[in-house]
Amino acid sequence: MSKPKVILVACGTAIATSTVVAHAIEEEMKKRGLNVTTRQCKATEVPSLAADADLIVTTTPLPSNLGKPVIQTLAFLTGIGKEEVLKQIEEILKQ
Amino acid sequence: MTSNSLNLLDLLVPEAIALNIRATSAEEVIRCLAEALLKGGYVRESFADAALAREAKLPTGLRLAGDVHAAIPHTDIEHVLRPAVGLATLTEPVIFQNMIDPTDAIPVRLVFLLALEQPKSQVEMLQQVATILQNPQVVHDLVSAQSLEAVRQALAQVITTQS
Repeated sequence: MSKPKVILVACGTAIATSTVVAHAIEEEMKKRGLNVTTRQCKATEVPSLAADADLIVTTTPLPSNLGKPVIQTLAFLTGIGKEEVLKQIEEILKQ
Repeated sequence: MTSNSLNLLDLLVPEAIALNIRATSAEEVIRCLAEALLKGGYVRESFADAALAREAKLPTGLRLAGDVHAAIPHTDIEHVLRPAVGLATLTEPVIFQNMIDPTDAIPVRLVFLLALEQPKSQVEMLQQVATILQNPQVVHDLVSAQSLEAVRQALAQVITTQS
């Protein structure tokens, strides 16, 4: 199997929201046959961790210019726009 | 799902369920639920202030698909003694700022106050909260609930207990 793509999942405390988001992304990407690993962090930790990530998914605002693709979304909490976001994640990871 | 993972129905503290309350602010709602969790020995005294400080900096309001919106205030684990969840439903909405855009003021009538420990043991509960928020019917039934039994019935639509 190829090296897993790393998704950095950020929220305010790295406890609640990012747990839901990371779990949902892992399950959905597995269904799509993509090998991913997620790392949870606080939004404030993103700049120091971004270098190792292929993609950053966040539920809170982040500084710009992180040098990596960023998806800001609440879809994994509210369900609104979830399919679109999953498609977007899949496309970025396949690049 | 791991067997030691906790279910939302196990974590909801009956004394911290406030149905159809009138409150004038998000702070009032958070303090009310936090007080009940403090009395029950679930959180430290610092919890309410910590949750409010976090809410001011990193808000937790969520616009849902239906016409009722929600918030999931929570804070760092050092303020928590035992994991627990408080629930408030409001007759009139109070304003929480949007998690993804703090400039957006959301009228909220459903509040889950989350007292969390290590994330791994609470994955199931957190997913259940997300499942509820994604289901307008359950959200509607929750804000209409007049009793603890009605809350349990509303939650049972999406939460299956296996014990």
